[in-house]
Amino acid sequence: MQPFETHTGIVIPFNRSNIDTDAILPKQYLKMLEKTGYGPHLFDDERYLDPGDVDTPVADRRLNPECILNQTPYSQGSILLAQANFGCGSSREHAVWALRDFGIRALLAPSFGDIFFNNCFNNGLLPVILDQELIDELFERCGVEPGFELTVDLQNCEIQGGGSTWPFVVEEGRRQNLLQGFDEIGLTLERSDAIRHYEAGRKIQEPWLFR
Amino acid sequence: MAAQTLYDKLWSRHLVDELPDGSSLVYIDRHLLHEVTSPQAFSGLRSLGRKPWRLDANIAVPDHAVPTRNRELGVPGIADLIARKQVETLTANCHESGIELIELEDSRQGIVHVVGPEQGLTLPGMTIVCGDSHTSTHGAFATLAMGIGTSEVEHVLATQTLRTRKQKNLRVRFEGELGYGVTAKDLILALIGRIGTAGGTGYAIEYAGSAIEQLSMEGRMTICNMSIEAGARAGMVAYDEKTRAFVKGRPRAPEGAMLEQAHNYWQTLVSDADAVFDREEDFNVSELGPQVSWGTSPEMVTGIGGTVPDIDRVKDESARRNLQRACDYMGLKSGQRLEGLAIDKVFIGSCTNARIEDLREVAHLIKGHKVHSAVKQALIVPGSGLVGLQAEREGLAEVFARAGFEWRSAGCSMCLGMNDDRLSAGERCASTSNRNFEGRQGKGGRTHLMSPLMAAAAAITGELTDVRKF
Repeated sequence: MQPFETHTGIVIPFNRSNIDTDAILPKQYLKMLEKTGYGPHLFDDERYLDPGDVDTPVADRRLNPECILNQTPYSQGSILLAQANFGCGSSREHAVWALRDFGIRALLAPSFGDIFFNNCFNNGLLPVILDQELIDELFERCGVEPGFELTVDLQNCEIQGGGSTWPFVVEEGRRQNLLQGFDEIGLTLERSDAIRHYEAGRKIQEPWLFR
Repeated sequence: MAAQTLYDKLWSRHLVDELPDGSSLVYIDRHLLHEVTSPQAFSGLRSLGRKPWRLDANIAVPDHAVPTRNRELGVPGIADLIARKQVETLTANCHESGIELIELEDSRQGIVHVVGPEQGLTLPGMTIVCGDSHTSTHGAFATLAMGIGTSEVEHVLATQTLRTRKQKNLRVRFEGELGYGVTAKDLILALIGRIGTAGGTGYAIEYAGSAIEQLSMEGRMTICNMSIEAGARAGMVAYDEKTRAFVKGRPRAPEGAMLEQAHNYWQTLVSDADAVFDREEDFNVSELGPQVSWGTSPEMVTGIGGTVPDIDRVKDESARRNLQRACDYMGLKSGQRLEGLAIDKVFIGSCTNARIEDLREVAHLIKGHKVHSAVKQALIVPGSGLVGLQAEREGLAEVFARAGFEWRSAGCSMCLGMNDDRLSAGERCASTSNRNFEGRQGKGGRTHLMSPLMAAAAAITGELTDVRKF
């Protein structure tokens, strides 16, 4: 997993709440077998004027000029700013892969869908929960200054931009995992003895589960 | 020991280790896999030379993208070549790893959350995960069941554990008697309408109260299923005689002395009388009518006699913008009445509402009626092959066919439209599924969520209908 230490980039203001993972990556792209290649399909329903499927050449499709992801400078953006409950709904990790493949490294919102939030950390993306007032302030700044840039600094848990600095909070364990880009499976397997010990106890307690 | 909630009990029973990063290592008893969220997990394992930790805890079944027609042709009959490849990949991954697979041709095949309980793969006291957010369905059996992402699927395959964090406890009590035409689906829709799609985020929900006790296991599954639409990863119901009766005799359930031993433990799977919940929500269900969603989020829901909100009266600008966007997408106006709204399609199915009880209710209501001539398509998709066979044996399928419904083979179907069962742009659908997001059932499609009874009534009248007047 790609570690996350500090990142500077253009903020993409997506001023809506309850953006679901179906919207982030529509169902037809869940048929893909790979873990990469989802970037062109991020927000596919909004991004293109015509429908598409896995085998539709992207170059043949008509871009929706009203979609912010198709507009300069946001097509080069890497920090997504959104309203509450971003990433609710389906557990599809493909939604996170699509954000990552597009180039998004950090997401700022007042709250996130629970499964999506976890999935971000497992893919080197940093979802940052900020107070509603600060989110609204950042939207205002983006409105005044298209291409507004922020630096998200996970080392110091700070966001910097436009001459201001705001602190943010992230669970320390998650922070360390992102900073180091840990392989969590490898870390868990170091505890194999504990898992085996536990398992042996369960076999005695609930033998009907082991058949 | 301090009084515990059901969730506390399940959590502490499965806790393997507390980790230095602040998360906990929780043991997973059952891991359900399907074709869509597993291929990347298998290739991740393969690339690092890792093997599944414990084969017998896993079981796989293709369900998400499978066609609901021409199933006698098996996998080669999947016309969408990309979807076919995905099912073939699941088969190959299972064969290579040794994980049991219920194949497409098997009569036990179906939606993973219908198959689990049906086969006794879902047993009280378990932790159950699946790369699907509706895994919470299994919580109806006093289990801790939750949806996970594909990285976590890989983690569970490799280690039989999940790194996770303990949630807070929320108890939702539904008290009172359900009126005629009011079902489990209406209870959960009403809850989501009240607390919102983020209302349960960070909580494990326990559903309790006299109305839950009265419900069948099928009804409880419907409620637990949509916990994620209230933001909660897990929802659950205490063990009781109904749970016991449902589990007994299932193919994978324990039998004889082992069942008695299990039952003795399972009886403890209730919240202690003096357990403290972080939050409580109480509903009097006696006054509740059938619910129907009007917008593009499950929280945009109202009674069938209700209207789209009066947007001009909403003060918050951001909320107003969201409501207006939903109205525009749904082709509705602020303040518009929902009853009488013409529909184009009907979908009765999904892990929320495709069990035998749902189909019996529908058949009972529509017997002797015809699907309205203005309705382009009315689909009934059973939750599993066995539900389908049961419906055929009971004569339900014949009732459906005679009324003009299309009777299909089992799968997720038009709930998410990964196969060819979809809405076209602008089409309005009365659906028993769980999500009404923009584009969920097809790009530009307009979904109204409701109970099977309400969807059946809409099919016959051709419009959103109060089933109590039907």
